[in-house]
Amino acid sequence: MIDMDETDISFFKDGLRLDGRRTDQLRPIKIEVGVLARADGSCYIEMGGNKVIAAVYGPREVHPRHLQEVTRAIVRYRYNMASFSVEERKRPGPDRRSYELSKVSREALEPVILTSYFPRSVIDVFVEVLQADAGTRTAGINAAAVALVDAGIPMKSMISACAAGKVADTIVLDPMKEEDNFGQADLPIAMTPNGDITLLQMDGNLSPDEFHMAVEMAMKGARDIYEIQRKALVEKYSQLEAPAVEVKACE
Amino acid sequence: MSSVISEIRKDFIYNLILKGERADGRNFDQYREISIERDVIKKAEGSALVKLGSSQVLVGIKMQPGEPFPDSPNRGVIITNAELVPLASPTFEPGPPNEIGIELARVVDRGVRESKAVDLEALCIVPGKQVWIIFIDVHILDDCGNILDAASLGAIAALLTTKVPASKFGLGDDFLLPVKDIPIATTAIEFNDVLMFDPDVDEETIANTKLTVITTANGSICGMQKSGTGVLKPEQIYRIVDIACEKAKEIREKFLEA
Repeated sequence: MIDMDETDISFFKDGLRLDGRRTDQLRPIKIEVGVLARADGSCYIEMGGNKVIAAVYGPREVHPRHLQEVTRAIVRYRYNMASFSVEERKRPGPDRRSYELSKVSREALEPVILTSYFPRSVIDVFVEVLQADAGTRTAGINAAAVALVDAGIPMKSMISACAAGKVADTIVLDPMKEEDNFGQADLPIAMTPNGDITLLQMDGNLSPDEFHMAVEMAMKGARDIYEIQRKALVEKYSQLEAPAVEVKACE
Repeated sequence: MSSVISEIRKDFIYNLILKGERADGRNFDQYREISIERDVIKKAEGSALVKLGSSQVLVGIKMQPGEPFPDSPNRGVIITNAELVPLASPTFEPGPPNEIGIELARVVDRGVRESKAVDLEALCIVPGKQVWIIFIDVHILDDCGNILDAASLGAIAALLTTKVPASKFGLGDDFLLPVKDIPIATTAIEFNDVLMFDPDVDEETIANTKLTVITTANGSICGMQKSGTGVLKPEQIYRIVDIACEKAKEIREKFLEA
């Protein structure tokens, strides 16, 4: 993170942010459910400038087999960035950042997945970042949670993720690229609708009071995102027609 | 993922927690004994051997001139690596770092970087062309729990002893690495709404949620990482942050501000 005083970017104009948002406002979000034909569940999400697609395969057999757990399904999560998703071409394949993000994202979802229903199997979650604009891990988790529901994976609850940040000594919701690059702190969280936090990371500089504010703000953002996720799922599944069931009396 | 622990031992620790106790008699917010030995490796530019209870972590710093990143042409570069070598635990395997090792290195790096502990501008040799590169290499020797706090402590302790080897590269006289802050990582686990700091290896195994909080000398937070497949309530997080700030202050004053 680069010091504020090294840049002459001003983050606020007439009390609004560079893209015209209030400090506690999310970027526009679009969610589409079931966008991939081969996957068991899938979801495409746009959060501001982020475009992320998630797919779920499973529960299915574990390969390699020594990873099997006899009492539960294992969950795998692969966060991957397309080489063209960022300004400077990213070398394809996993790097240290994506290993870490895959780990914490998996741990953000695993607490709500009823893994004990599927011993010796695996639930694979694949997340591809097609276009990145700050907040790709939270966008990925939001898409992955919807894709898990779309795949019919039994879950205790939904997971929604959102970040808060600090720019020019002000706490802001859902930082965009400029605010993330030149801001003073970034705090992504993921949580269940009733406020159990499953992902929490932070970098930058926050006083304990600012930290409280940022957590509260990110939680409010996550609650709003939950409603959008829910709406997208209801929209898709309410359109489906129930398979016609013919009941014939035995003669 | 974690070490083998018998059901009986798990049960024993669990029952102790219900009584408000820990297996080694510590309070829930009490650290094991800490010792830091500095400059243990003469070939390194800086080094520290940290013992946290029985956990042992060796951190070595090597420095060499190199190219800066294009987006920070006037700043030195920090590269942090961690090796979970197989001699340190029955669960560590040889080979390239796995996600646990990568996470460890990245959280140690976050503490040093985000606290702005090292004055990176002072490490510019020729703007845009040549800067000092600091390699922070964390070697876990014995994993008896909470190696992250030990590694973070080792990193800053080693940086505090680091001499920039300028003469070796014909770049003037050697000088002490300019260190401006002392970030301290404190880790707690949550189990049955009990928060335990500095978990030992058994405690780490029974709890499935861990939160690391890194604080700077002026008491602000510069890094956090939740790890594990459990959940935390906001109130639990705030409680951990409060205690973490206190503990970090104690550790900083006792061991590093000499």
